[in-house]
Amino acid sequence: MNAPIVRLFAVMLLLFALLVAWTSRWTVLQQEELQDNANNRRGLLEELRVPRGPIRDRDGAAIARSVERPDGTYQRRYPLGNLFGHPVGYSFATLGRTGLEQEYNDELLGKEDAVSTVLDQIVGKDQIGNELRTTLDAKAQRVAIQALGGRRGAVVALEPQTGKVRVMASEPEFDANELREESSLDAIPEGGAVNRATQGQYPPGSTFKVVTTVAAIDTGRYTKDSMISGKSPKVISGTPLSNSHGAQFGNITLTEALTKSVNTVFGTVGEELGGDTMQEYMERFGFSSRVEIDLPAGERASSGVRIPGRERFVKVDDRRVDVGRVAIGQGGLLATPLQMAQVASAVANGGELMKPQLGDRIVDREGRTVEDIEPESLGRVMKASTAQEVGDMMAGVVREGTGTAAALQGVSVAGKTGTAERNVQTDLNQPWFIAFAPRENPKIAIAATIEESQGGQGGTVAAPIAKAVLEELLR
Amino acid sequence: MSARNRELLALVPAALLVAGGFAAVFLQQDELHAEVSNLSLTIAAWFLGLCLGAHIIIRFTLPHADPYLFPLVAILASVGLVEIYRIDETLARDQATWFVGGLVVFAATIVLLRDYRPLERYRYTIALAGIVLLLLPRVPFLDAQVNGAYLGVAIGPITFQPAELAKICMIIFLASYLRDTRQVMAQKLRLKDLGPLLVIWGTSMVLLVFIRDLGSSLMFFGGFLALVYVATSRLSLVAVGLGMFAAGAAFFATTVPHVKDRIAAWQDPFDPELFNAQVGGSYQIAQSLFAQADGGLFGTGFGQAVLEPRSILPAAETDLIYALITNELGLFGAAALIGVYLFIVERGFKTAMLAEDSFSKLLATGLTAVFALQVFVIVGGVTKLIPLTGVTLPFVSYGGSSVIANFILLALLLTVSNRARAPR
Repeated sequence: MNAPIVRLFAVMLLLFALLVAWTSRWTVLQQEELQDNANNRRGLLEELRVPRGPIRDRDGAAIARSVERPDGTYQRRYPLGNLFGHPVGYSFATLGRTGLEQEYNDELLGKEDAVSTVLDQIVGKDQIGNELRTTLDAKAQRVAIQALGGRRGAVVALEPQTGKVRVMASEPEFDANELREESSLDAIPEGGAVNRATQGQYPPGSTFKVVTTVAAIDTGRYTKDSMISGKSPKVISGTPLSNSHGAQFGNITLTEALTKSVNTVFGTVGEELGGDTMQEYMERFGFSSRVEIDLPAGERASSGVRIPGRERFVKVDDRRVDVGRVAIGQGGLLATPLQMAQVASAVANGGELMKPQLGDRIVDREGRTVEDIEPESLGRVMKASTAQEVGDMMAGVVREGTGTAAALQGVSVAGKTGTAERNVQTDLNQPWFIAFAPRENPKIAIAATIEESQGGQGGTVAAPIAKAVLEELLR
Repeated sequence: MSARNRELLALVPAALLVAGGFAAVFLQQDELHAEVSNLSLTIAAWFLGLCLGAHIIIRFTLPHADPYLFPLVAILASVGLVEIYRIDETLARDQATWFVGGLVVFAATIVLLRDYRPLERYRYTIALAGIVLLLLPRVPFLDAQVNGAYLGVAIGPITFQPAELAKICMIIFLASYLRDTRQVMAQKLRLKDLGPLLVIWGTSMVLLVFIRDLGSSLMFFGGFLALVYVATSRLSLVAVGLGMFAAGAAFFATTVPHVKDRIAAWQDPFDPELFNAQVGGSYQIAQSLFAQADGGLFGTGFGQAVLEPRSILPAAETDLIYALITNELGLFGAAALIGVYLFIVERGFKTAMLAEDSFSKLLATGLTAVFALQVFVIVGGVTKLIPLTGVTLPFVSYGGSSVIANFILLALLLTVSNRARAPR
């Protein structure tokens, strides 16, 4: 009977080999697939046991930190309350993650490369999150929130040479601590879930004339002294276009037209340049694609031209687009505040556009920098000489034009106002201001806007907000 | 070195495992809960004392028995105890108590059945006892239905799984029955010799319907086929038997709702409807696979797997303990555990080969085969090789009936081995 026993053992051997094979299947071969399975909540539960690294502003003030709870898990606290609801976001097991908490999740959890993690496991080292040091400035952020004064709108300020974002304020804000206390997203005030700085798509109004001016001068088709008729109304794309308050101008230089924000001049320039040239320059500035910044894709919108009844943006050379009106920031053109800050930034930085960044570096628990987040160029938008000329023209706007309200004591500011009409009947406007300062040695580029202002103008409503923030940042 | 000294030496790995494992879990929990509990050390000391006690009993009663079987079982028991302690201290204390009970029964079996051959005389009584045991869970007032299967009997506060004991009864009966008929069956297959085969097939089908458990019935029928094959060397019988079982299983899989659910969950555990089903869904098997994926090659380490909330791994201490072990010890640890089982199976078959008489050979073969198949059924279920059914992982899973029945099985194997290896 021994031979069949040996064969029986062989069968058992085979069965057990199958068990090991199937265990290998789940532990190794299909491990990632299982860990990424939507039903798998283990990752989330595991993350609760990791002390998530803090998020700090550029001076080291804690924006987010983790506290241990009695059951050994960790929970997020946001010491600055609603100051950084945007763009920092929140991270809670039941509510998910947004903003920088989501974008830098791996770093905050201290997930390093697989090799060192295995090594850590063997020596039993616990996973500890790293700190995210941001480029944000809590003091200036507070000034921005105060200046917005509860009105819906946004302020973005960044360093033109590096793209480091110093202020990103969006009203209404939310306090992530309240989300935790109520364990519900309902604690976000109405409209507060949207980061208006990166997701708000608004008609940029006359601030967009900077883009038109850049295209006009950089192509060599115009100079700052080119003479153009500023009569009002003037037929643009077959429809009469008027200047603000119907103001009449004769033949004026492009510089004067920008200083006084003369619509009919820029309408003509836009028509003359044509849709493809305008589209080309807009794309160089970053229009027509999702605005670049280290935030989750779902929290970044793109800027471009939308024609009525269509969901997607169309190119400016589309025959349905009124190039003349796009050239003055209307005609279905929509832009995010961050995109408009990028316009000022490119002019300030001699024509080179930098990628905006909120993360500055990753620091481990011992204070060593693990990763420096290097500034990144998005390419050259215009010749340095164009940037110089347009900068001078923008300085004139603040010195003697529509933007005098942004003038700072002892510092020359270059800017451009904008007032987009939201409802002509009720005189509801969206005031804008974009700027950079100091003119000679730009340190900050900024965009500020208020969604709805009764009769407000860019120069009277938005320029003072930018001024307050610039004042704080240049102090 | 004598067999018993080798056995004593072979207990060292188990001692190291239980000490190291408890220390690891202890440190891990100490980090979480500030208060220090010395329960872990108490349980570890108890456990090692018990192992030594059992060793001494074997030394005096079965001096020639296989020296590796008991230490291998001790390794399994220590892994199980550490993992159960890691899940819940109270459960570990209960399990340690069951081990005491198991070892008492173990010692009693050895002393009473040092000569096991008289068992043959009571084969029909034993067979009847086995069938009664199997049907007990369906007796009104005693039934304790778990996940739609009738596996347990509730007597007061104690739930007890009679199938664990019934498997031993069945093997004793078959070994003695086949000893008588194997010559005839091996010579020429007559219809009347197929009778018992049909009876057993019928019984396992009835089992499938009555206790609604594909795993147990696979285990019983597989053990039966293994014995028939070894007794007669006729593969044709095995083939016919497998065919009949497959046909029966296929029929019931489409008609018995509980079995049907299990198979659906096995085929597609991530189907949203099955995954979120309140009853009979695939949530458990899906969580089992997630836990194993978390283990990877090396595992998270003793005491480090995610186990809160408990619903993240349902029945972690019984059905899914293999998933928890894979989670904490990784593929390597799980493969080592399978290796230990394989080693036991090897020693079991070795005992059968060394045995002189047919009854001893068949008894050792049957006990070993049913033990191996039980491991296959539960680990195969947990790893989704076959549909998941609720049998225990021998000596590792939490549960009194399992511990006691498997210690009886071990005692029988050791007595057969003692006789087979005794110098003549």
